[in-house]
Amino acid sequence: MGGKLTTKQLNEKAEIIREDIITMLEEAGSGHSAGPLGLADIFAALYFDILNIDPKNPAWPNRDRLLLSNGHCVPVQYAAMAEAGFFEKDELMTLRKLGSRLQGHPEREKLPGLETTSGPLGSGLSQAAGMAYVLEKIDNIKDQWVYVVMGDGELDEGNIWEAAMFAGKNKLSRLIGIIDRNNIQIDGPTETVMPLEDLKGKWESFGWHVQEIDGNNIESVIDATAIARSTTNRPSVIIAHTIPGKGVDFMEYDYTWHGKPPNHEQAKEALAKLRSLNGKITGEHE
Amino acid sequence: MSDYLLNPKLHDQDVEQEPIRAGFGRGLKTAGEQNEQVVALCADLTDSTQMSHFRDAFPDRFVEIGVAEQNLVTVASGMAAMGKIPFTSSYAAFSPGRNWEQIRTTICLNNQPVKVVGSHAGVSVGPDGATHQMLEDIALMRVLPNMVVIAPGDSVEAEKATRALANDNRPAYLRLAREKTPIFSTNDSPFEIGKAYVLREGRDITLLGTGTMTYQLLVAADVLAQEGIEAEVVHVPTIKPLDDETILASLRKTGRALTAEEGQRSGGFGGAVSELLSSKLPMPLKRIGMRDRFGESGDPTELLQKFELTSDSIVYKARTFVHSIPQYRQGF
Repeated sequence: MGGKLTTKQLNEKAEIIREDIITMLEEAGSGHSAGPLGLADIFAALYFDILNIDPKNPAWPNRDRLLLSNGHCVPVQYAAMAEAGFFEKDELMTLRKLGSRLQGHPEREKLPGLETTSGPLGSGLSQAAGMAYVLEKIDNIKDQWVYVVMGDGELDEGNIWEAAMFAGKNKLSRLIGIIDRNNIQIDGPTETVMPLEDLKGKWESFGWHVQEIDGNNIESVIDATAIARSTTNRPSVIIAHTIPGKGVDFMEYDYTWHGKPPNHEQAKEALAKLRSLNGKITGEHE
Repeated sequence: MSDYLLNPKLHDQDVEQEPIRAGFGRGLKTAGEQNEQVVALCADLTDSTQMSHFRDAFPDRFVEIGVAEQNLVTVASGMAAMGKIPFTSSYAAFSPGRNWEQIRTTICLNNQPVKVVGSHAGVSVGPDGATHQMLEDIALMRVLPNMVVIAPGDSVEAEKATRALANDNRPAYLRLAREKTPIFSTNDSPFEIGKAYVLREGRDITLLGTGTMTYQLLVAADVLAQEGIEAEVVHVPTIKPLDDETILASLRKTGRALTAEEGQRSGGFGGAVSELLSSKLPMPLKRIGMRDRFGESGDPTELLQKFELTSDSIVYKARTFVHSIPQYRQGF
């Protein structure tokens, strides 16, 4: 954990993750595009800087835990895990297929390295809170953290707020939430479907330490998690503002890309966009 | 003669009675003494679910969740992921009533050893009324893959079941009752998860019971014997996995099946036995339980009588069954 890769190298990891998401989804023919692309920077930061994990030993008892509560975004986690060495890259092409370890929504029993099963929304924060409770209130284990990524649409679920109250009551400082604040959900923008603001105020009133950052800036993500770890008297949440579909201009900010994969033409175009940083770089052969 | 070692005083007027939930409370505390990984979580019902004994003995291993049943089972799932053996308690109407999906996804699909305890099941909850009288819990839990479902027959068995579950690494549902009920087993009676027990041998009809209804079947069998009907009583505390072998052996012998539960007769225990019989040994089956309706407020004894869940009504139904339906013999 920490300091092994430069920011430039971490950004390169994020780009690899983005490309793998596109090729994975095109091959699968179904799945979610916008969330995973928007989360690529956060997942690059997590898997290549923040998390204290061992890809060759996913069950290492002293590891940090990462839960993906908005399980539909799992393509970004699979891509990050493959790049980090949990499994071979070619297995990414089995996403959502019969017999695959890479289920459409993550399943703990299917793939070592996953800490839980999710998809139905709302229950990841509670499970993470249960893990953090054991670490700090029962087993008294130092220097281990539990990170949980949540969607913003997911915050409509009551279970999230039950967990927030519980974590606030018990001052679970080992619990660090990261909200993918991309302002979209299936039926439209979050603030039209079910407004969340004042989101920061809500979490603070539940007894949490809150930060708001640019979730597509890897350094900001790393700095925020460091601040969260050093907050020792309450749980922390990082409201990470991201652009849904980040990296592919025809997907960015468009909520209709929440739940669909790119088709072959779109995937080709998306990969071209990613490799040229949305048209900022042109190759010799174009 | 059955070797179950029944309480010799079970037919006495002053037979010892205790709520099934009290046996759980004792068993959980003992489990906590024997295994420091056992933890307990409760949704604001610690005293009435009898988790208070564990809480007082092990305050650092008890987690108060408040009235938040979805959080109850998901926090427990997270604790199980860290190596703990969590027992969660609330009333059955709320857990698994309210949080069924979280149990499905975070406990069953995750295959975590969380023991969901649903107290105050059945109509004998009494004056609180239909909203609190959970009748569908056996059905809801038995259809979940990986889930073990147990309804102990008395408080002595509940204590054994709790301790057995603490040593078992599967997801489980344990059904408890509010009111005190007669103790028909003894400390030396067997209990093993997944086993059914012949409490009384007979040749004319098999009475299959689970939870609080087994005692009623024993009383009914005694009355039927006086009219020359020899009823075999089989106690089935584990509804899933069902002890097919013991149940089928009895039914091959008697050729007449009757089930009894304090819950909806369709989908629950009667449903499980129906499924077994229709696939392996199709025969006439009478299911005693709630007939697709909700309970209501009342005194527990009045309610059991109103809904025909007492030994009197079992006697009547068994007698009619024996006098009108021939015994099934295999090989049609």
